Amino acid sequence: MNPKLVRKLALTVLAWSVAGIMFFPVAWMLVTAFKTEIDAVTPSLVFSPTFENFVVVDQRADYFKFAMNSVVIAFGSTILALALAVPAAYAMAFYPGRFTKDILLWMLSTKMLPAVGVLVPMYLIFRNTGLLDTRTGLIIVHTLVNLPIIVWMCYSFFKDIPNEILEAGRMDGARPREQLFYLLLPLTLPGIGSTALLAIILSWNEAFWSLNLSAANAAPLTAFIASFSSPEGLFWAKLSAASTMAVAPILIFGWLTQRQLVRGLTFGAVK
Amino acid sequence: MATVQLKSVEKAYAGHKVIHGVDLEIRDREFMVFVGPSGCGKSTLLRMIAGLEEITGGDLLIDGTRANDVSPDRRGLAMVFQSYALYPHMTVADNMGFALKLAKVPEAERNAKVAAAAKILKLEDYLDRKPKALSGGQRQRVAIGRAIVRAPKVFLFDEPLSNLDAALRVQMRIELARLHKELDATMIYVTHDQVEAMTLADRIVVLNAGKIEQVGRPLELYERPRNLFVAGFLGSPKMNFVETAVQSADATGVTVGLPGGHSIKIAAKPARVAKGDRVTLGVRAEHLVVDPAGALVGRADVVEHLGGEVLAYVDIGGSMVVAKLPGHDRIVVGDPVSLAIRDGGAILFDAKGEAMPALGA
Ligand SMILES: Nc1ncnc2c1ncn2[C@@H]1O[C@H](COP(=O)(O)OP(=O)(O)O)[C@@H](O)[C@H]1O
Ligand SMILES: [Mg+2]
Repeated sequence: MNPKLVRKLALTVLAWSVAGIMFFPVAWMLVTAFKTEIDAVTPSLVFSPTFENFVVVDQRADYFKFAMNSVVIAFGSTILALALAVPAAYAMAFYPGRFTKDILLWMLSTKMLPAVGVLVPMYLIFRNTGLLDTRTGLIIVHTLVNLPIIVWMCYSFFKDIPNEILEAGRMDGARPREQLFYLLLPLTLPGIGSTALLAIILSWNEAFWSLNLSAANAAPLTAFIASFSSPEGLFWAKLSAASTMAVAPILIFGWLTQRQLVRGLTFGAVK
Repeated sequence: MATVQLKSVEKAYAGHKVIHGVDLEIRDREFMVFVGPSGCGKSTLLRMIAGLEEITGGDLLIDGTRANDVSPDRRGLAMVFQSYALYPHMTVADNMGFALKLAKVPEAERNAKVAAAAKILKLEDYLDRKPKALSGGQRQRVAIGRAIVRAPKVFLFDEPLSNLDAALRVQMRIELARLHKELDATMIYVTHDQVEAMTLADRIVVLNAGKIEQVGRPLELYERPRNLFVAGFLGSPKMNFVETAVQSADATGVTVGLPGGHSIKIAAKPARVAKGDRVTLGVRAEHLVVDPAGALVGRADVVEHLGGEVLAYVDIGGSMVVAKLPGHDRIVVGDPVSLAIRDGGAILFDAKGEAMPALGA
């Protein structure tokens, strides 16, 4: 056989294997969600599927309320983060100062600190400002958590825009706000769009702060899963059903937007 | 009326000076070309006039008013960039009309102005296209159109033709010359290409390492360069330089030695030199003629038959000299050649590289 073909075949097999390994836990969760608790502890694929777990889970907790919280927090924090990140990235990309590079690195470095390290001060701040267990509070936290990566992404998209285009805009009389709305945003829309999608997904999946800073009122779906994991530790089928319900919306969302996501994330790289 | 004046204009990047005190006056409706080697500061100078680069010393006057701190769009200038810098997401019409839209010009008036500019530039059929769907030459025209639509006091061009292929470059050069007549506007044009400078300019500014070497009409610079730099920069093939020494200097001229033992008397004022001083003899290729009695004696080393003319590279006692001979000359490599310099065809440069004035000048 021709060596090119062999190579291609090997790569295809490898890619599918990696994808299979990554998808396996999700698939297992889906399967388990439709098993009875007794079937759930045996790793068998032969069983009679049941919807019982979903019914029980829905009876025990108000799924819709958790889901609404997740939606509000994910979209709210994404919009807020973009509103802050776009002007920041604009300034950094086109009017860099002496410390711009340092600030960018510092922002990224905050992601390297374990979040639990600042849990107590954050908790106290939230308690004293009345933000504990509010959607507003979680929107703020998720915004802060995602801000570094969003600023970085917007910054790199803006950096890809040739400076001369903006200079032409300046000669034409475009002030910073007009440059942003007439030139930069239209030109980087694919990138910003996928940044927003990513931020929504990250916020949806954020668990640490959501669990620690919310209770009955503002808890999103990550807390919904967790509420089934502690008291019901060994009830795998119900936990799987709860998890499935929690991840389903974002999975479908990701599936629907994947083309845009990939297009935007590779934006600039394939010009 | 549109004049631009530079008074001791300087530019420093983080303390490092790249423009050293430039004084210049650009007259109304003049086509002024800044020419010089890459990195000499042409773009920086133009961008300071445009307002895209801060002026770190001296004054810029537009129509007699100090404009150092006026924002780019208020200076009444339009710029055409080397990369065209078209807005990729807008149609040709929107690109050209963008400035007017920002200035809140009513749509009907805007469209009329865009249409008029498109007509001048033969872009009428492309108004709805995006820049991506245009050829290099068309993009260039859109960039110029964007400038025209604003009816600026002064047009600024930064190497506008350097991204085009050779044939298109010649064509656009002619169109630019026509455009200058048609618009009757002041234009400042930056290029590193001396042919563009010679053909387009009313006046040329030759820049070198952030300083003006000489300002003047193209032929004035070509025929009476002030120093070795200007002499060597303008003209193709490059002016021949022969390093030599003064044998005698008096009121009738300066006699210098030539490689191969001959000597030649140049009609230059003897003021700044004495016997024994190092000087450089400069002769343009077209001022050399084949002459059995010529003082430059050597052998043809390389011969380029270009049809209309012949470029003969002649080795004269180790110095290479290029002569532009008539096209019918059947000279071949290895031929012995004697060359003479036409009257007035030689320039002497003193040890500092300054041209020595001709007798009677
Ligand atoms: N932003 C900048 N920072 C530092 N030096 C610069 C900058 N822009 C240009 N220079 C320097 O200024 C000099 C002139 O540059 P430029 O005006 O672009 O030259 P030209 O257009 O004649 O090729 C060069 O030596 C260049 O390295
Ligand atoms: Mg330049």
